[in-house]
Amino acid sequence: MNHILKIENLHVSVGDKPILRGVNLTIKHGETHALMGPNGSGKSTLGLAIMGHPGYTVTEGSITLDGEDVLAMAPDERARTGIFMAFQRPMAIPGVKMADFLRHATTNVRNPDRKEGEELIPMREFRKELKEKMAHLRMDVEFARRYVNDGFSGGEMKRAEILQLAMLQPKFAVLDETDSGLDADAVRLASESIADIGREKMGLLIITHHDKLLVHNPPEFTHVMLGGRLVETGGKELAVELHEHGYDRIRKSYPEAEAANQEMLAEETAV
Amino acid sequence: MATDVTENDQIGEINKYNFRTETTGVFKAQKGLTAEVVNQISDIKNEPDWMREFRLKSLAEFESRPMPKWGGALDLDFQDIYYYLKPTGQSEKSWDDVPQEIKDTFDKLGIPEAEKKFLAGVKAQFESEVVYGSLQEDLAKQGVLFTDTDTAVREHPELLREYFGKVIPPTDNKFAALNSAVWSGGSFIYVPPGVQIEFPLQAYFRINAESMGQFERTLIIVDEGASIHYVEGCTAPMYTTESLHSAVVEVIVKKDARCRYTTIQNWANNIYNLVTKRAYAYQDATMEWVDGNLGSKLTMKYPAVHMMEPGARGEILSIAFSSAGQHQDAGAKLVHAAPNTTGQIISKSISKNGGRSSYRGLVRVEPGAHNSKNNVVCDALILDPESRSDTYPYIEIAEQDVQIGHEASVSRIGEEQMFYLLSRGLTESEASTMIVNGFIEPLVKELPMEYAVEMNRLIQLQMEGSVG
Repeated sequence: MNHILKIENLHVSVGDKPILRGVNLTIKHGETHALMGPNGSGKSTLGLAIMGHPGYTVTEGSITLDGEDVLAMAPDERARTGIFMAFQRPMAIPGVKMADFLRHATTNVRNPDRKEGEELIPMREFRKELKEKMAHLRMDVEFARRYVNDGFSGGEMKRAEILQLAMLQPKFAVLDETDSGLDADAVRLASESIADIGREKMGLLIITHHDKLLVHNPPEFTHVMLGGRLVETGGKELAVELHEHGYDRIRKSYPEAEAANQEMLAEETAV
Repeated sequence: MATDVTENDQIGEINKYNFRTETTGVFKAQKGLTAEVVNQISDIKNEPDWMREFRLKSLAEFESRPMPKWGGALDLDFQDIYYYLKPTGQSEKSWDDVPQEIKDTFDKLGIPEAEKKFLAGVKAQFESEVVYGSLQEDLAKQGVLFTDTDTAVREHPELLREYFGKVIPPTDNKFAALNSAVWSGGSFIYVPPGVQIEFPLQAYFRINAESMGQFERTLIIVDEGASIHYVEGCTAPMYTTESLHSAVVEVIVKKDARCRYTTIQNWANNIYNLVTKRAYAYQDATMEWVDGNLGSKLTMKYPAVHMMEPGARGEILSIAFSSAGQHQDAGAKLVHAAPNTTGQIISKSISKNGGRSSYRGLVRVEPGAHNSKNNVVCDALILDPESRSDTYPYIEIAEQDVQIGHEASVSRIGEEQMFYLLSRGLTESEASTMIVNGFIEPLVKELPMEYAVEMNRLIQLQMEGSVG
C-alpha cells in the first residue's frame, strides 16, 4: 500500500484570525512524523483542519489523500476514507455506551458505502474483536459499558482514543497530545499500545511536547511549527534536541514566525 | 382493507402507523356535542340511570367551563367532531372473531404478536369501543379483572361505582368533564390483594376515522400488596382535519401495592391529546408513571400522584419529543398529602425542526406532610435554533420539615459533540440520533426490553430526515 496524505500551502483561519500560514507536509503510509512546537503555534489546528472541524476554515491550499480532495469531504467522509484523529480533549456523549458507539463507528469506517439503517457488523464478531483489543490495551471490559468519555479521567479518555484507533484501523492518524495528562506509566502504556496497533500499518502524525511517545514510536521525520508554519524539518535527532533544549534556537532562527506566534498567543489569551 | 396514506402526509414523515382502514362501522353518532348525543351513547350502551345522569351533569359542567388559557393553542371546534363511533357489535375474546379489516389494523401494529410473546393480557380499542380483549387464564382464576370499562359498568357495578369519577371528578377540568360526558371504552382493572402480575397488561388505542373523538376511560384498582404493570400505546393515521383524544385515567394503589403505568403515545400530528391522569397512592404504596409523548399536534398531559398516606411513593418519568408542528406541553404533578412520602419527577424533552416542548410540573406539600422528600430533574435538548423549550415548575410548600430538590438544564447539541461523532465516521443523522438516544437513555432503560426497543425505533423515526 502506498497511500499518501499531501498537505500543500495550507492556510487556515478561525473566524477571521489566520492560524496556519502555508503548511506543506507529505506523509506516506508507514511513516511516523512528529509535530512539535511551542504553545499556540497551530499544531492542533493542523490536526483539526485535516479532520474537517467546521470551526476551522481553509482559506488557501489543499489536502489530498491518494490524490482525492479531502477538503471536499465532510468529516464523516474523511473518517470513512481512512483519516483519524485522537483528540486532546474528546467530548463526552452521555447515555451512549462505548460499545454501541464503537460498533457504529467501526461498521461505517469498514463499510464506507453502507447506507444508513443497514446492518451493523455482527454483534458476536464485534464483541470478540473489541474484547481482544481491550485486553491488549489492558482495559477492563466494564469500560465498554460506560458512556462515551462521560466522567472519564484524563488517562481513561486518552486510552479510549487509542482503543478507537485500534478498532478503526485508519490509513492516517493524527495523535494530538495523546500523552498529555498521563503519568509516566500511562505514557509508556500508551506508547507501547500505539506501536502494537502497528504504526507501520498507517501514516502517523504525532503532536507532542515530550519525547516519551516518540521513544516507542521513533519518528522518521520531526517538524517544528512556529507561528502557523513548519519552520524546520529533521529526523529523530531534532525531536531529541527540542526535548532537551527547548525552542530558544528555533525562536531566534525564525524571528518572523516567532512574531506571528507571539501575536497568536496574545489573541488567544485575550479570548 | 388497510391502505397506506401518503397524500396527506404534510411533513414527509411517512411511518408505519400512517395507514387508514376502510370500515363500515355499526353506528356513528351525529357530528357535534349535544345532550341528544350523550343520551344516544347512554342508550346504545344500555346504561343504568346513575351513569346517564353522571354523563348529563358532566356535559353541563363542560359547557359551563371556559377553555383553559394556559398550555397550548386549542383551535378546537367541538361541533365538528364525531363523539361516538361503534366499529363492531361487541368485544371479542379471539382475534379470529374480530372483523377482518380491524384485525388487519392491529396485525399491522404488531399487537397479536406482542400478546403471544410477552403480555399477560390485551385490550384493543378501535374508535369508541374495545374490539378485542384477553387475559391469561391463571390471572382470571386469581380474581384479576381486566375488561373494558363499559363491561365493568354492567358486570361489576359495585366495584366500579365505588371508584369511578372519585379520583378525577367531572369538575376537575374542562376536558375531564368532556370525557365524563361522552366516555366510551378504556380499561377497567382490578388486582385482588397480594396478586403480583408478572407480565404487563397492555391496551392499544387506535383512532382510524377522520374528525373523530376518542374518549376512553380507564380505572385501575390495585388492592393491598398487589402489583401490576399496565402499558398503553396509541396511534392514528394522518388526516387533514384534526381529531381529539381526551382520556381520563384514574388509578388507586392501596396499602403496600405497586402500579407502573407506561404510555407510549405516537398519535398522528393532527391529534389534540388532552388527557387527565391521576393516581391515589395509600400507605407505603408506589405509583409510577412512565409517560412517553412522541406524537400528536398538541399534548397537554400531566400525570399526577397524590400520596394520601404515610410512606407512599410517587415517581414520574416523562419523555417528550416534539417536531415540526408539534407542541408537547407535558409534565407531572406530585401532591404530598401525608407525612414521610417520597416523590420524584424526571423529565426529558427534545425539540427539533421547530417543535416546542414544555415541561409543566407541580410539586405540592400539604400541611402536615412533614418529613416528605421530593426531587425534580428536568432536562431539555434542543436540536436546532427553530425549536423551543420552556419550563414551568410550580412549587407549593406548606410544611417546614421537607426536602425539596429541583434541577433543570437546557442544552443544544453541541458542535463539538457532533464533530466528535462525525470524525468517527457516523453520518450527521446517525450522530444526532445517537446523542438523542443517549439523552433519553436513563429513561429508556427503565422500560421493559420490548418497549425500550420500540421507543428507540420511534426516536429513530422522529429523527429521520431531521438533518438536512
